Amino acid sequence: MAPDSAFPPNVGQVAYRPLNFGRWVVWGFTAFLFAVMPAFFSKGFALTLMSQMGIMIIFALSYNMLLGQSGMLSFGHAVYSGLGAYFAMHAMKAIGAGTLAWPVSLLPLIGGLAGAFFGIVFGYLTTKKAGTPFAMITLGIGEMVFAASLMFPGFFGGEGGITGDRAAGAPFLGIPGLTFGPAIQVYYLIAAWSFACMIAMFALTHTPLGRIANAVRDNPERAEFIGYNTQRVRWLMLILSSFFAGIAGGLTAINFEIVSAENVHAIRSGGVLLAAFIGGVTFFFGPILGAIVFVIFSVALSEFTKAWQLYLGVFFVLLVLFAPGGLSSLILMNLRVMKFGKFGRLRDPYFGVLSAALALAFGAVMLIELMYHVTLNVGQGASVRLFGFLFDTTRATTWVFATSVFLAAGAAFEYYRRRFKEQWDAVQVEIEDWIRENP
Amino acid sequence: MSANAPVLELDGVTKRFDKTEIIRGVTLAVPAGERHAIIGPNGAGKSTLFNLISGRFHATSGRIRLNGTDITQRKPFEINRLGLSRSFQITNLFHRLSVFENLRCSVLWSLGHRYAFWRNLNKLEDAEQRAEAVLERVGLKRRRDIQAGLLTYAEQRALEIGITIAGGANVILLDEPTAGMSRAESRRAVDMIRDVTVGKTLLMVEHDMGVVFGLADRISVVVYGQVIATGTPAEIRGNAAVREAYLGTQAEHA
Repeated sequence: MAPDSAFPPNVGQVAYRPLNFGRWVVWGFTAFLFAVMPAFFSKGFALTLMSQMGIMIIFALSYNMLLGQSGMLSFGHAVYSGLGAYFAMHAMKAIGAGTLAWPVSLLPLIGGLAGAFFGIVFGYLTTKKAGTPFAMITLGIGEMVFAASLMFPGFFGGEGGITGDRAAGAPFLGIPGLTFGPAIQVYYLIAAWSFACMIAMFALTHTPLGRIANAVRDNPERAEFIGYNTQRVRWLMLILSSFFAGIAGGLTAINFEIVSAENVHAIRSGGVLLAAFIGGVTFFFGPILGAIVFVIFSVALSEFTKAWQLYLGVFFVLLVLFAPGGLSSLILMNLRVMKFGKFGRLRDPYFGVLSAALALAFGAVMLIELMYHVTLNVGQGASVRLFGFLFDTTRATTWVFATSVFLAAGAAFEYYRRRFKEQWDAVQVEIEDWIRENP
Repeated sequence: MSANAPVLELDGVTKRFDKTEIIRGVTLAVPAGERHAIIGPNGAGKSTLFNLISGRFHATSGRIRLNGTDITQRKPFEINRLGLSRSFQITNLFHRLSVFENLRCSVLWSLGHRYAFWRNLNKLEDAEQRAEAVLERVGLKRRRDIQAGLLTYAEQRALEIGITIAGGANVILLDEPTAGMSRAESRRAVDMIRDVTVGKTLLMVEHDMGVVFGLADRISVVVYGQVIATGTPAEIRGNAAVREAYLGTQAEHA
């Protein structure tokens, strides 16, 4: 099939360039979303969720400055957000005690500066190496800081952590009532910081350092031969990334009014890696998506089921297997197919594979929830409510039904998956051939 | 400094890997503006010599000077900043960046933009113009926005040279720039190399004798880690030792 030569000349590159379809529109819409979300989700829980999303967006984007933009896989990024949170919390306490004249709204800046400071210190060591040695050293530093947080209770508050009052100090801009005590005010504070950090980090990708970081990611050796000290590039990127991580930490301190050893723990470092990867590290906006999905899993889904970590794990594995570029590349790949006018050929295969996937998910969730109920909720009776229906775990028919749905949907999924893959690969090959031949 | 003062000087350079001595005392002086080719059988140490000059490896003994500055133990980026740039035998690009971005990255340091994270890259007109100019010179204007990894082999080789010359270095090292090319591609590459190295000092490793004799002002023959002869193409052609070395290796392989 000969591709139409009327395609625009730039389709060769899948790039996120908001300028092309109106950077102002994209940023304006993002700001609008931040502003109006509470109008739709005004319940306390939804606000908590959105506040955590705002923080996670900063954290995941800062992480991707390392992984996606500079090719540095860090297992210890929580060190910078966590230490930022501790310093912000100590500042918050000082504001409360009247010994520090500093607005609570700018506490994240203190967190950011603390993060950057530790980025300078620890980063000097970690960025001496790249690749696997870098990853290992970050793991070690993460363990070290976690151990230290339990060893020095004077500063870290031991196992209980340290707490503070975010309503401390004078109200924001002197407006009575604007104390950041109420959840809605905290949400808007987080939203403002999140939006500003997004813009700052996006701008950073369009600077000499940001671009050279990409070059170092792609080919560190060659970067040395065009005049760049790659160690210095990695160090600077890590310091800047730690600054933004520290801001996220400062916001965490404000949001929860407690900071404990958990904030510097490897679990949090792993979480941000997961979030960035789920969204996709190739494109700037990937980690934003990833942060949102990650918070939905870890905060919202955990309200409904004890198996949320299992679901997150399975989701992550499936994504890495079938869409290694994450959600953002999944979206952009499909947009590219649409741009080339080939989406029609994928419509039927998509319908088949998605229907089967939905049925498979239904069967899998049922089995998992039934098993969790039997093993963990023994005291709560034999029946469990799933998808609005009551199922009796003691009856064989329940298990037979769940297992049959799972197996049948699994078989159907595998069948449709192969058909889909065939079409998908064919379409991608056509598009890439076209790009290769048509400059 | 007179026009013929050596820009690049090697003085008794040796390189040992474990117990094997790959470079066994190379002394060489390349005057400013000369196109100098290094030839020799496989495994003679030509690429190692390039790696020593460009700082990828460090010499075991001996001295290397660039414009009179000792660069023997310098790092690649320091040597590059002193005005020496090299290409690679195996294409060595920033494969996920576009062709244009590859070139723009290569001009940033020399234009003094260093590690700036407070400037908008798209507003740096000097960098953009220089990158566009190089794009034009290496004949990749039509491929400007394609990812480097998606280019054809010959195009990647052209970009390889583009990255090498983009920073405006005065001493250019090209490691087998036409390797793997068809005759037509190779001819175009030679024209391009001649064009982009005008007024510069060129040191190149090359296997294709047509390319070498068409391009080089002088030739050095390296055999077993030593320079056995240096001279004009005519002198090299008539050199008995060179003939013997080449025939000798052929006899060994036979």
